[in-house]
Amino acid sequence: MIKQKIVLRFPPHVVEQPTIYHLIKDYDLMVNILRADINPRKEGRLMMELSGSESNYQRALEWMKEQGLKIISLEQQIIWQQDRCTHCGACTVICPTGALCFTRPEMTVRFAEEKCVVCELCLRACPARAMETLVDSENSL
Amino acid sequence: MKQIRTIEEINEKIRAGKVVVMTAEEVIGLVEEKGVNEAAAAVDVVTTGTFGPMCSSGVFLNLGHPQPRIKINEAYLNGVPAYAGIAAVDIYLGATALPPRDPANRNYPGEFVYGGAHVIEDLVAGKEIRLDASSYGTDCYPLKRIKTSFRLAEINEATLYNPRNAYQNYNVAVNLGQKNIYTYMGILKPNLGNANYSSAGQLSPLFNDPYLKTIGIGTRLFLGGGIGYVAWNGTQHNPSAERGSTGVPNYPAATLALVGDLKQMKPRWLRGLSYLGYGATLQVGVGIPIPILDEGMMSHCAIRDEEIMAPILDYQRAYPYRESGNLGLVSYADLKSGSITVSGKKVPTASLSSYAGAREIAETLKEWISGGDFELTSPAASLPAHDAGISLKPMPQRDPDGQEDQ
Ligand code: SF4
Ligand code: SF4
Repeated sequence: MIKQKIVLRFPPHVVEQPTIYHLIKDYDLMVNILRADINPRKEGRLMMELSGSESNYQRALEWMKEQGLKIISLEQQIIWQQDRCTHCGACTVICPTGALCFTRPEMTVRFAEEKCVVCELCLRACPARAMETLVDSENSL
Repeated sequence: MKQIRTIEEINEKIRAGKVVVMTAEEVIGLVEEKGVNEAAAAVDVVTTGTFGPMCSSGVFLNLGHPQPRIKINEAYLNGVPAYAGIAAVDIYLGATALPPRDPANRNYPGEFVYGGAHVIEDLVAGKEIRLDASSYGTDCYPLKRIKTSFRLAEINEATLYNPRNAYQNYNVAVNLGQKNIYTYMGILKPNLGNANYSSAGQLSPLFNDPYLKTIGIGTRLFLGGGIGYVAWNGTQHNPSAERGSTGVPNYPAATLALVGDLKQMKPRWLRGLSYLGYGATLQVGVGIPIPILDEGMMSHCAIRDEEIMAPILDYQRAYPYRESGNLGLVSYADLKSGSITVSGKKVPTASLSSYAGAREIAETLKEWISGGDFELTSPAASLPAHDAGISLKPMPQRDPDGQEDQ
């Protein structure tokens, strides 16, 4: 069994294809969609958690690459620039999943990447702009 | 109260490497264990710190004269306007200044990605700053336009002058409305979605000298990672605010105007911030040493978060429209625990001021003093205190032509 959070980026011509259907039907994967959007350039972005057997998961990745999808690890989507963080804590009440949270009694803020669902609310909520997104990341798997 | 040491005696101990310094956090435990008298006898100086957003901050710059000379009457630094209504090449850049083309809140909530505070951070970081200045030209100052760039080290003076810093206490902001609001207290979610505060509490300078007995004009302090001084009382200085039994005010009270040479400060402690929907501001690191001149000062410095209260205020209606609506007082211990109860509802809390930063500043100041790099000053004059009869005035509102109250 494998459980992975990934981000799919769809070029405009692939947006209409039933990718999720194939992942479930042909590769027997469980799909948990965390977030989906389409940017002004008509590119789609789908964040999801996939689980299933290791071999099916790998075959599904291959198939998606053949379809022209870009696959990015979810963990690399949101970057906490630790040297810019002042540990104020303003983000901790905005982050919906507790990925950004206070450690007490040190009163420092911690970023638990694995809890992040890339909602991007922290990007503008952080006054020091310590949170960054790799929108045009080339970090393909 | 009987004096147990003088500032001069403390400075002699600093020079001899024998001074005993503790942070305002460390003395809490010491006083609990040994009592005020013994702690006061043992410790010469207590250091404090705060690292929060302070909008009333800015820097005076003297840019030097170009050839030919110019009398600047409009100046932009990296596109951000500076005030030029003073002598020829002197300007003042305020932390909240925004480029004229910034969309501000026309794209609500505005992002305010780059303002005066960010220019100040870039200046201190030694980055190249673009200057675009213009003038009407005079016989003595003929140049009408200059575009150039400079670094902090290349200009004559850069004096940080902050008209209001180090607030003694501040409001806890909540939102009783139905939708998100974007304030200088951060994003406030509807229906008491969160409560934001902005003070270091027990480490904050003016909570440790609540009656301004040792902090006065000329007090040397940690400012922006370098050395600064108290220039005056801050604007909106309100030392008459109601106090609790420990002597600390329950509401925003005293403030300080601070001054210092920007050239010896550090970008780590002067940070440009962008408050969504509100504007740009500067996060300023301030730390003040409190000389333990008598036992009373030690008991002030031993104040704990449990004993310091702050007022909860609705920023959707009560604050902006100056309506009454105090939602009660809450202690900094409760605020720092992660949630408080407001009108029967459990509300998560967040800070805008960095407690970790405050602690680091108090530690740094302690090292400076213990290491012999920082001596204490006696104030040249006292600041107006609780007995000065000050009360805050609202802006007069009347018809400026008819002189009638509206
Ligand atoms: S809001 Fe930004 S600066 Fe403050 S703790 Fe969160 S990430 Fe750090
Ligand atoms: S993107 Fe969303 S979930 Fe991830 S850290 Fe930021 S606020 Fe939290």
